[in-house]
Amino acid sequence: MANFNMSLKKNEMPMQDPVLRGKNFDEVALGYTKEQAYSEALRCLNCKNPVCVKGCPVNIDIPGFITEIKNGNLNGAYAIISKTSSLPAICGRVCPQETQCEQKCVRGIKGEPVAIGRLERYVADNASVEISTLPEKNGHKVAVVGSGPSGLTYAGDLIKLGYDVTVFEAFHLEGGVLTYGIPEFRLPKRIVKSEVEKLERLGVKFERNTVVGKTVLIKELFEDGYEAVFVGSGAGLPNFMNIPGEALKGVYSANEFLTRSNLMKAYKDGSATPIMKGGKVVVVGGGNVAMDAARTALRLGAEKVTIVYRRSMNELPARKEEVENAIEEGIEFNLLTNPVEIIGYVNPSDPRDTKNGFVKQIKCVKMELSDPDENGRRRPVVIKGSEFTMDANVVIMAIGTSPNPLIKQTTKGLEVNRWGGIIVNDNGKTSLDGVYAGGDAVTGASTVISAMGAGKIAAKATHEYIQSKN
Amino acid sequence: MFKIVYKKALNPTVTVMDVYAPRVAKKAKPGQFIILRVDEEGERIPLTVAGYNREQGTVRIIFQTVGATTFLLSHKEEGDFIHDFVGPLGNASELDGLKNVLIVGGGVGCAIALPLAQELHKMGANVTSVIGFRNKDLVILEDEFKACSNSLTVMTDDGSYGNQGNVCMPINEMFSGGKTFDKVIAIGPLIMMKFVVNAVRPTGIPCEVSMNPVMIDGTGMCGGCRLTLVRNGERITKFACVDGPDFNGYEVDFDEAMQRSSMYREFENHSYGDACNLFKHEVK
Repeated sequence: MANFNMSLKKNEMPMQDPVLRGKNFDEVALGYTKEQAYSEALRCLNCKNPVCVKGCPVNIDIPGFITEIKNGNLNGAYAIISKTSSLPAICGRVCPQETQCEQKCVRGIKGEPVAIGRLERYVADNASVEISTLPEKNGHKVAVVGSGPSGLTYAGDLIKLGYDVTVFEAFHLEGGVLTYGIPEFRLPKRIVKSEVEKLERLGVKFERNTVVGKTVLIKELFEDGYEAVFVGSGAGLPNFMNIPGEALKGVYSANEFLTRSNLMKAYKDGSATPIMKGGKVVVVGGGNVAMDAARTALRLGAEKVTIVYRRSMNELPARKEEVENAIEEGIEFNLLTNPVEIIGYVNPSDPRDTKNGFVKQIKCVKMELSDPDENGRRRPVVIKGSEFTMDANVVIMAIGTSPNPLIKQTTKGLEVNRWGGIIVNDNGKTSLDGVYAGGDAVTGASTVISAMGAGKIAAKATHEYIQSKN
Repeated sequence: MFKIVYKKALNPTVTVMDVYAPRVAKKAKPGQFIILRVDEEGERIPLTVAGYNREQGTVRIIFQTVGATTFLLSHKEEGDFIHDFVGPLGNASELDGLKNVLIVGGGVGCAIALPLAQELHKMGANVTSVIGFRNKDLVILEDEFKACSNSLTVMTDDGSYGNQGNVCMPINEMFSGGKTFDKVIAIGPLIMMKFVVNAVRPTGIPCEVSMNPVMIDGTGMCGGCRLTLVRNGERITKFACVDGPDFNGYEVDFDEAMQRSSMYREFENHSYGDACNLFKHEVK
């Protein structure tokens, strides 16, 4: 065993040049080389009591897989990760490690934590393992609604236990938010495709163009012989601010803007799907989705992209690495700022002017943070008389979503909370027997890894439920 | 892949197709819509269900060539396949309990209005239909409407067929002659629906319209299909895909909807031109 690497800093991630990458949709982070991964792995102290594992929503044996990197055994490392995580290549890229595993890492007390996410990605990208021995079929059928992170995880866990698994996807392509939401430059679609294909090789069936709640009802799935159904239908209606001007041409929800670019490939020349590109773009919100929308707009050719967020840099909920990337790429941050109106172009002398009705400006107010309340939260408060306008051609609202309404509309007895999220117990079970749920359909907009965690819990509970029944 | 089992041109720009999609056919109801992609690189477009045959597993769509996608679709033949075809989406029209209904169809909107008229006729309701077109060459589905209507009026803008004028003229006459209905259902271009609503408003008869805005997913995810209802002075955002496509016509902000519908006009003109050029090359 080699000595530990006591450097206080993580090995840096090789990246595409900020100026160049602002003009293409290729992946920004290029991944560690073998040498970089090895020396980073040596920063892990292999703690007796690995607190990092507690920070992981699916409790990956982090020191275990890092030890295998040190041993040069990537397939072994991959096998360890795969015990608890179904989508390592994806999590290594999109997990907010700084608030999860890496936040707990003892190396972070003095210096930077071990780059667990980057190492996970390195393993997933470079191992070459395939599960070849399929378990014997147990004769039980389960259905999955939605092929996003929670559904894929659930499907992966149950196919490995011998279930017959069918995933119903509303779109023409699998992946859910991994496909329509997260852009190519952050999560290449070939990775999502390869994860889906892996599941297909294990025997998971995918039925595209099938909207559960419309094309088939949950009740009918049970009539068709499915013994359990997992609802991972994901994010639903995008939120708007309800300020004047949101119906103007050039105002998008982030969901729509990203879906046009990612799923419908509007970023490619000659795409059949239109998208407004170029000009001045304002993105409202501070989460990962806001960063993705802003950086997509930049790559589509915007001359200037500004993020407007009502709190300060410290409160930005986006993954730290993506905020840094965005800043490097030249995205401007207008913090402690809140829009109050979107102003459209009007030519009073010519109602047929083709520019009429398009966004022209956005009016905002400056905010300040209140003193902490009893929960320690500092509320943003409007500063009087601080109104100002910015020029804008496109405004993208990235201020969250509410859960998808279709399933609850058509499933009798399925209880939802007042925001429309499906109510589940600790095992992911809903108010209906045999129906489980997880991911954004339960929590509202959250992370890929927490959706995966929910898929995992529900898969375990489903297995216990079906076993106890038979 | 979804097979086209029947195709016919109804007029130079409007085409009817029956598509084999048994799961959609099993569930479809008048007023709902489907979303299709013609080919692997295509855009997703919503089309309202114009009919279905549950036994044969087919869904009927009727569409007008207005842009690149509908142009490509119109060049598919019987036996060809449509890449994606998903539905039925949206809510079915509520027809329960209606006994005396005025159906107003404009242009290709008549294709959507027809199944409602047929369903009402089957239910035993008295159906009065008014259908309008730009000119004689564009008249579609007249016989079908005749078969399910107690009274049918055909209007053309230029008077080349039926009566000359827009659909509001006979409606105004009916109202001034003291006619009344349980409900008016208007389906057609936004501008037509706006004026029909204005014509009906003084009578207070419930007036429903079918909205067909730009959409991507059709399942309540993207928010592109949003429109504004004005209810008691309050502006309410609704999503046509999950809240509609039928709305109370008195509440719809038509001017806003019309403005939003032109968001991609320039792009559409370009890509339509490109698609046409592509076909010209192929013909050579």
